[in-house]
Amino acid sequence: MTDTRMTDPGRNPTGQRWTPVAGDPALEFTDVSKTFKDGTRALDRTSFTVAPGEFVTVVGPSGCGKSTLLRIASGLERPTTGSVTVDRTSLGYVFQDATLLQWRTVRDNVGLFAELDKMPRADRQRRVAECVELVGLNGFEDKYPKQLSGGMRMRASLARSLVMDPDVFLFDEPFGALDEITRERLNDELLGLFQRQEFGALFITHSIYEAVFLSTRVLVMSARPGRIVASFDVPFEYPRSHELRFDPAFAALTGDVSRALRGES
Amino acid sequence: MIEVTVAGLVDTVGDNLVEAPLVDESKRRITPLDFIGPLVVLALFVGGWYFMNHWGLRHLFDRPGYLVPPWHEILYDSFVREIPQPTGESITPRTALLNALFETTKLTFVGLSISIALGMGLAFVMTPARWLERSLWPYIVALQAVPILVISPVLGAVFDYKFRTRVIVCVIISIVPIISNTLFGLRSVDQGQHDLFTLKGASGWTRLWKLQIPAALPAIFTGFRISSGLAVIGAVVGELFNRQGEKGIGILMDEYRQRNQFTYTYGALLLSSLLGIAVFFLFGWLQRLATGKWHESAQTR
Repeated sequence: MTDTRMTDPGRNPTGQRWTPVAGDPALEFTDVSKTFKDGTRALDRTSFTVAPGEFVTVVGPSGCGKSTLLRIASGLERPTTGSVTVDRTSLGYVFQDATLLQWRTVRDNVGLFAELDKMPRADRQRRVAECVELVGLNGFEDKYPKQLSGGMRMRASLARSLVMDPDVFLFDEPFGALDEITRERLNDELLGLFQRQEFGALFITHSIYEAVFLSTRVLVMSARPGRIVASFDVPFEYPRSHELRFDPAFAALTGDVSRALRGES
Repeated sequence: MIEVTVAGLVDTVGDNLVEAPLVDESKRRITPLDFIGPLVVLALFVGGWYFMNHWGLRHLFDRPGYLVPPWHEILYDSFVREIPQPTGESITPRTALLNALFETTKLTFVGLSISIALGMGLAFVMTPARWLERSLWPYIVALQAVPILVISPVLGAVFDYKFRTRVIVCVIISIVPIISNTLFGLRSVDQGQHDLFTLKGASGWTRLWKLQIPAALPAIFTGFRISSGLAVIGAVVGELFNRQGEKGIGILMDEYRQRNQFTYTYGALLLSSLLGIAVFFLFGWLQRLATGKWHESAQTR
């Protein structure tokens, strides 16, 4: 049995690059379990933390409760037992679907959260312009979602939360539906944003390569009911280049994660 | 693929693979076929009509050919001819026909407006209140099943045989698609989009105005278009049985038929068809105006 209680990221032994800000974690799960009304046990006593500026990825088989984990973090679902500590006013969200409003242009979609949070108009316009630029959608501000490719929709979805300058970003398999080339490109760009904007991230994926490439730490979840069975610190320096994907140390680490996923260790 | 390089999507990566935005299909080219096909069908129809007039009706159905007068006579008699009167003046049926067209158009729009206001209002109220929908729905279905030809004279007896009864007939026949389409539209908002508003703690009103109504617009306009055609039918049927007051197309058409004035009958029929077509296209145009830029279904027709 693996202990579900993770090491405190503040005392991360291999922390080569990121130096966590002192103080409280940005997101903390304490013994969170979730049982749905139909009796499905999605999560079982899950505990972990995401420190400010830390990029934590959760990998696991389909249906292991990864998405439930994220919905609980966002507040869309309530845990059956256990507790979640997070500042919900400073969360960013990118879901599996871009969930853009199809009657709004890119500009108005990117401004949605700011609008719902009643950010003053001038601030909003300035932030929207900045964030559209950050995700590389400049020139597409007046396009509607149906005129965009899947990757561009995801960029807009990302920009929508960037506008709020969140402390923690929640990603629910955001690039799962994209082709591999687009996916790798967006991974590269996401890392660029991560370094510049300095948010913490909880990233859900079923791709081991994506997990290792992006994260400072990879958590491995077991099949339902989901529980965290292993944790890997990722030692590679940022900025990480595309070439890292072909590094033997990268391959070795993805191998370790893969074995943990299969239940070998 | 080429024009998208201006977007600067590649600066962080630096290779030349660029995500292409999807092709904008809103500007479909109009080909000659779009005109030729319908024109050929029209020619076949008019040709068949003349054939029936000259030969077909007499020899195939043993009926006189004047019952389907040729189109040039229909158009001339109904809209051009002036009939001299002993008094020195001349009357033209065109005046009566156009007055009737105005009357029926008015009736259609009054009926349709009431249907839209009442139908959408009901749907808005029913959307959050499932119990209300469950209570009302059987009767909405029943309303749709009402045989309008039967109810129309009964309503005349109950109220009067004038304009207001015609409006009621028009509303009964045209309200159901408005209710059901609005309801469907408001209910079928994507759950992920609902989540966005939940995450931001949006109020019910914000959700309705910024999410549900815009999302429902395509369905709502589809309801308008279905109802607009039905409203014209409702107006003519309402007039057929409620003949007091101003004469609309439905009344005029039946009078001409009874007097064996078949050129006028078909002239009136033509006008009522044109009214139906015009109303349908009006709402198609409004739909494109409202949703054409962002919704697929509004583009092709």
